Amino acid sequence: MKPSMPTPSAPPPPIIEVENARISFGAVKALDGVTLQIMPGECVGLVGHNGAGKSTIVNVINGGLTPDEGGVSANGNAIDAYGINVARAHGVRCVFQELSLCPNLTVVENARIVHRDLGGAGWRGRARRIIEESLDAVFPGHGIDSGETVGALSIAERQMVEIAMAFSDAGTAPRLVILDEPTSSLDASLAKQMLAHVRRFVAAGGAVIFISHILHEILATADRIVVMKDGRIVAERPAGGFTAHSLFETMGSVAKGEAARRESRDLASAPLVLEQAGSGLPFTARKGEIVGLAGLSGHGQTEMLMKLHAQRSGNWWPRHDPAVAFVAGDRRLNGVFELWSILKNLSIASLSDLSRQGFVNDEAEEGRGEDWKKRIDIRTRAMENPILSLSGGNQQKVLFARALSTRAPVVLMDDPMRGVDVGTKQEVYRIVRDEAAAGRTFVWYSTEMEEVCLCDRVYVFREGVIVAELAGGDVNEANILAASFQGAAA
Amino acid sequence: MTLFHGLFKKPWLWSWLAVAVVWSATVMVTGGAGALGLSQAALTFAAFSVIVGIGQMFVITLGPGNIDLSVPATMTLAGTVALKLMNVDNGMIVPGLLAALAVGVAVGMCNYTLIKLLRIPPIIATLAMSFIVQSAAIWTNRGLRIKPPSLLAEFTTSSTLGIPNMAIVALLIAVAAWVLLEKTLYGRWITAIGQSMAAARMAGIPVDGTRFITYVLCAVLAALCGYLLACFSGGAALNMGAEYLLMSIAVVVIGGTSVAGGDSNVPGVWGASLFMFLVVSMLNTYGLGAGVRLIMTGLIIISVIVVASGRRARQP
Repeated sequence: MKPSMPTPSAPPPPIIEVENARISFGAVKALDGVTLQIMPGECVGLVGHNGAGKSTIVNVINGGLTPDEGGVSANGNAIDAYGINVARAHGVRCVFQELSLCPNLTVVENARIVHRDLGGAGWRGRARRIIEESLDAVFPGHGIDSGETVGALSIAERQMVEIAMAFSDAGTAPRLVILDEPTSSLDASLAKQMLAHVRRFVAAGGAVIFISHILHEILATADRIVVMKDGRIVAERPAGGFTAHSLFETMGSVAKGEAARRESRDLASAPLVLEQAGSGLPFTARKGEIVGLAGLSGHGQTEMLMKLHAQRSGNWWPRHDPAVAFVAGDRRLNGVFELWSILKNLSIASLSDLSRQGFVNDEAEEGRGEDWKKRIDIRTRAMENPILSLSGGNQQKVLFARALSTRAPVVLMDDPMRGVDVGTKQEVYRIVRDEAAAGRTFVWYSTEMEEVCLCDRVYVFREGVIVAELAGGDVNEANILAASFQGAAA
Repeated sequence: MTLFHGLFKKPWLWSWLAVAVVWSATVMVTGGAGALGLSQAALTFAAFSVIVGIGQMFVITLGPGNIDLSVPATMTLAGTVALKLMNVDNGMIVPGLLAALAVGVAVGMCNYTLIKLLRIPPIIATLAMSFIVQSAAIWTNRGLRIKPPSLLAEFTTSSTLGIPNMAIVALLIAVAAWVLLEKTLYGRWITAIGQSMAAARMAGIPVDGTRFITYVLCAVLAALCGYLLACFSGGAALNMGAEYLLMSIAVVVIGGTSVAGGDSNVPGVWGASLFMFLVVSMLNTYGLGAGVRLIMTGLIIISVIVVASGRRARQP
């Protein structure tokens, strides 16, 4: 697979070794005992679903996070105060998904920021030489002027500069380069150039951790593949031991099918209530249908919901008949009015139905509050209590009641079950099913597979567009995962 | 006890408490003489602060960053345009009023146009607008000082049953504002927008329309105040609005309205307006020099706000 390493009598120590690392954010275990060794001269592919812990382990290795338990050693020596600067001194470099260059500075100036030891007189010349050498090495014929400000470069060019920056040598040679989805903004030929450079770098004794959702890249480039799930490493094998299909199966959840699947309904004759053309597949929803939006998080599902909402609600003039209602997932950002009582939070979306000539009818409002308090069991003594006196799950119920109490025929749900306990979830599932049966349409973005599988039809998003449509019996975890990851087609 | 507790949660309580203390402290020095005169003067002058303060309060309710700095210029322009149009003719009182209100509507619309279309922050947009409006006032005025129609001058400076007419007007406006804020759909909407614009949008509130109306309302109230003040003081002066820039904001804040938006109250604006006048009278009565008076004014305002916000921080 790779050229034979210079073999001294003892094998070289791992560049970085993470020993039994545990990290919790509150109740969430981001890392649950991960042990990982990165040897010189190997490319490790790291795969897993959202929230599997990939970014967390990467942050432990680059020094950004200190594990609650466990330690990090470099070159076989345990290091107590492992941090970003120590990591850099050991040649650990990181290319992030979110571009991290300063857009108002030139490429050369950015190189100066990354390489602290580039200071002193004439640093511009040295920085220019270093970054240009590296760009030429990784992306021959790149055509990037290193005197250009980063903000003037295209996304792909910025990503190229960032990658070249990580592989550049200004005193401390890079030994381990972490590439976190580096190819997502590169086209095929640039990605090929980069992957070729990864192989050259590895052959020369460096190490690479490669994260990508494009599985054939991982399979073709990595020597060893590590599969993570729920903060743990669930499989670790040479790349030859995996196929695209077996990778999916390893990533997916083993226990499934606990959510009662709804019987499939024939909605083909129901009238269309939503239509939205986009650069991918068109989006449609019928009356009484539950349409799921799936895919990896942050691939355009929330934007789609926002677009559907914005185009159907009045920003200047109140609409007499609301067309859509919205259930927020991020309660603090666009859900709860924190200074208000539970009742006011519940009634705000349907207040025009409870008013006459612009005056709010207090009795009607209170009546509706009591009605919904019983219907979805909001656990509070009085609806006049502040909304923040409720637990997160009950606040979420209030947001559901806010949307469901409108006359809107369509309800948009933006992953509303985050942080909601199991009991509440079951209650809400029941309400959604009942309301759908009564003719309401739901558009439901969820990051939880179980919920997506409750939907009549599912659109899978990747990179901002709809790439697949699944209906009826095709709605299952394997199909959704396969469509979420590129290069998975059959 | 519950009543007491409930009362102490009212954010406007503190400004009224301060009014009572300052009023008593002043009257004590004079030995009770002039208590009536002091009260009448306070009501009259507070009335103008109340009218602009209520407009400003609605704008501040819209949330962080929302403020109208064009209030003084709008007052001046409305005053000068109205007096020029009326030209000391009692028959022109109503057209004059309508002209003043039209000035307010125009300024409010321009303000929100700048904020929305050109995406200028409200503080800059309304400040820029105020220069334009002030220049228009200078151009209209040309240094002339036209007297108000006699009926109007009479009305604004006299009292009914011992209560200054201006105070009655301001009281009516305050009651209307209270109803608007507490009982109507519009009041709920601005309070919601002030807490979270994103959440308000997703709850189906017509955010832009509501904000637009609010900026217009503020400018209209400023214009009305300019009209009344010009008649009260015997003619429009180019600097007549100057002190109301900070005054309009101060009475809102001292009155217990949250600067962060979404939590406003009308009674506090009244309390704070009376307080602002009475503090100055009290320090005058004590015969303090101008410098000391200003320092004391500042210190007293700061302490009222500290006491009031300390109370709010303790709330669960």
